[in-house]
Amino acid sequence: MRPNSRRIFGLARKETWQIVRDPSSIIIAAFLPLTLLFLFGYGVTFDPRHYDIGLVVEQPTPETGSFTASLINSSYFQVETARHLQDLEDKMVAGELKGIVVLRADFSRQAFRGDTAPLQILVDGTDANTAELIRSYVQALWASWLRQELLSNGVDFRPPIVLEPRLWFNPEASSKNYLVPGSVAIIMTMIGALLTALVVAREWERGTMEALLTTPIGRWELLLGKLAPYFVLGMISMVLSVATAIWLFEVPFRGSFLLLAMISAVFMWASLGLGLFISTISPNQLIAAQISILSAFLPAFYFSNFVFEIDSMPVALQWVSYIVPAKYFVSTLQTLFLVGNVPELIALDTAVIGLIGLVFFGLTVRKTRMRLE
Amino acid sequence: MWGRIYALIFKELLANIQDRQTRLLLLVAPPLLMLVYAFALTQEVKNVSIAVLNQDYGVHSRELVARFVGSPTFLEVHYLESPNNIVEVIENQRALMVIHIQSDFSSRIDARGTAPLQLILDGRRSNVAQILQGYAGQIVADYNAELIEASRLSITVPPSEVVSRTLFNPNFDTIWSGVPGLFAGLVATVGFMVSALSVAREREMGTFEQLLVSPLKPFEILIGKTVPALLIALTSAAAMLVLGLWVLHVPFEGSVFLLFGAMIIYLAAIIGIGLFISSLASTQQQAIIGLFMYMVPAVLLSGYATPVENMPDWLQALTQTNPITHFITICRGVFLKEAPVSVILDHIWPMVLIAVVTLSCGAWFFRRQLQ
Repeated sequence: MRPNSRRIFGLARKETWQIVRDPSSIIIAAFLPLTLLFLFGYGVTFDPRHYDIGLVVEQPTPETGSFTASLINSSYFQVETARHLQDLEDKMVAGELKGIVVLRADFSRQAFRGDTAPLQILVDGTDANTAELIRSYVQALWASWLRQELLSNGVDFRPPIVLEPRLWFNPEASSKNYLVPGSVAIIMTMIGALLTALVVAREWERGTMEALLTTPIGRWELLLGKLAPYFVLGMISMVLSVATAIWLFEVPFRGSFLLLAMISAVFMWASLGLGLFISTISPNQLIAAQISILSAFLPAFYFSNFVFEIDSMPVALQWVSYIVPAKYFVSTLQTLFLVGNVPELIALDTAVIGLIGLVFFGLTVRKTRMRLE
Repeated sequence: MWGRIYALIFKELLANIQDRQTRLLLLVAPPLLMLVYAFALTQEVKNVSIAVLNQDYGVHSRELVARFVGSPTFLEVHYLESPNNIVEVIENQRALMVIHIQSDFSSRIDARGTAPLQLILDGRRSNVAQILQGYAGQIVADYNAELIEASRLSITVPPSEVVSRTLFNPNFDTIWSGVPGLFAGLVATVGFMVSALSVAREREMGTFEQLLVSPLKPFEILIGKTVPALLIALTSAAAMLVLGLWVLHVPFEGSVFLLFGAMIIYLAAIIGIGLFISSLASTQQQAIIGLFMYMVPAVLLSGYATPVENMPDWLQALTQTNPITHFITICRGVFLKEAPVSVILDHIWPMVLIAVVTLSCGAWFFRRQLQ
């Protein structure tokens, strides 16, 4: 049977009316992405404001005084000082302090000798990322303090090799610049998959899907007609999210909007396809919601390099990440925002996303037929 | 009265446990997820691909490159031919960092001058880039120290490395640091799911009216809805705890009773929020969407993935009303730190407050439905 555009349009019109009448769809498409992006943009960040750390000075001397000053003056730390380690340890257990710097009693004597530095850093290993950052900040402060002190003593210490790091695309190293585009990808995954999964699962649950299938409409026509309005809804929320990222969070956008629109469309199709597939295999809405959280949202969150590192996961999990469409969408969005049009990367990402979408649609069509027989 | 409540609790438990799929999703899936995601919750930087552009033929550049290649952080090293390839390699994400050594590198060092070592880093993942830069700095600092020592010129070599000790998680095990947060998040998910959907489902099916016309009083319905959700979530939590301690080998320094005590209050707060959300919804679909809208930001902004201290003040104040924030701190305390009771109590009373407010909202809602 040839696809009949009249039938598809008829169904699409009916679905559109249903969306317009049910405020919850509008909430999903507009309110949900904006609120989430707003919260994530401000809340999900690796950029430290300041860390609360303790400082133990076992034997105050002019040198410890000068180092203490450089620690306090740095914008990274909020310093609480004490004479003994025991005074601060409890606060570390309570989580009020994220690290303690101990200047040993022989600080002044040892400061300019070889071996190791006369200070110790204790960090809280329950939050590895923060611990790592505190450690490297204190280390950097120590190095620059030392250079300063040596210089004032007339020793011009210059290392043979100096690092010249350049951070491309994001010179101010603002995590917001890559987390906000990442958030957009995560939010779009949720909207696409959750929305369709729920809508179509409801039809199956109520039996109206069977009723639709007994009409002359073909399976592909049915899927297209059902999804078209949600596709439009998803694209509208994509526009809103990108606008928020650019104007509210001031993330630079260096790529082309046409390319962005194209890849978003491909991603939306894959996302809706996944949602549709979930709804077809679920007996009711509750199960559909849970499966879509388990198979769309959680993988998108974990396996996309959004906040967790795929490279350091076990190999089996790295393989899982290859079939998560959000991984490719996160990479493309970050590239379009920060780098610009990188044809090779974007073409590859888009192709994989499109392929995943195709697989889901194929599976859905098969499953729909089986469900009827 | 107790007989009535008991009957309702029994019926609720039965309704949740009878359905095979619900049973699977509430009791089996969360512990399973914990097993999988414990390995995914890593922000460690390793197995990274880098590229090297070495235009120098001297001994120093060779030695330095060998050290980068030998470092366990870097899995794959691409060798570039010309500076033109740098852009391509970085843009297409084949390397996160390019080390560029200019042709006069070794001769400058041998002439006791200063040789620059250029690092080009991908700012699309600036957090990783900064940590990579730290690793590179370490490798270079070590080599510098050796060069200075070998030259025997300098009288004072400033100590390059600061000694650090990691408390509570000495090996920086990402499973140790991840599991307490994961546990708190998954327990919340089960609590939310059971509570938010129970009322919405009854409403959609019309059985909620039947419940209301029964002799049950509003607060009895509230208890009848809260207790089964609590029991189911506690069962799931116990399974996760067993897996966490015996399969994932996460330490448990605090007291189990304290954890379960705190968890009952935590779940009361979670279930209160769940009932409140479902009381606002008129269909299951709305309840699910509402729940999701609350749950996702609540988990993400609880210190689960990124630290709460990085957030702006207004958002930090908001996270204080989130039971997950408090329970994650408690979990980290009892799993890894042997936190004293006073610290735990500091985080329990805000949860009590949240539970009281949201559960009374639930009771008020049931009463309003009656009128």
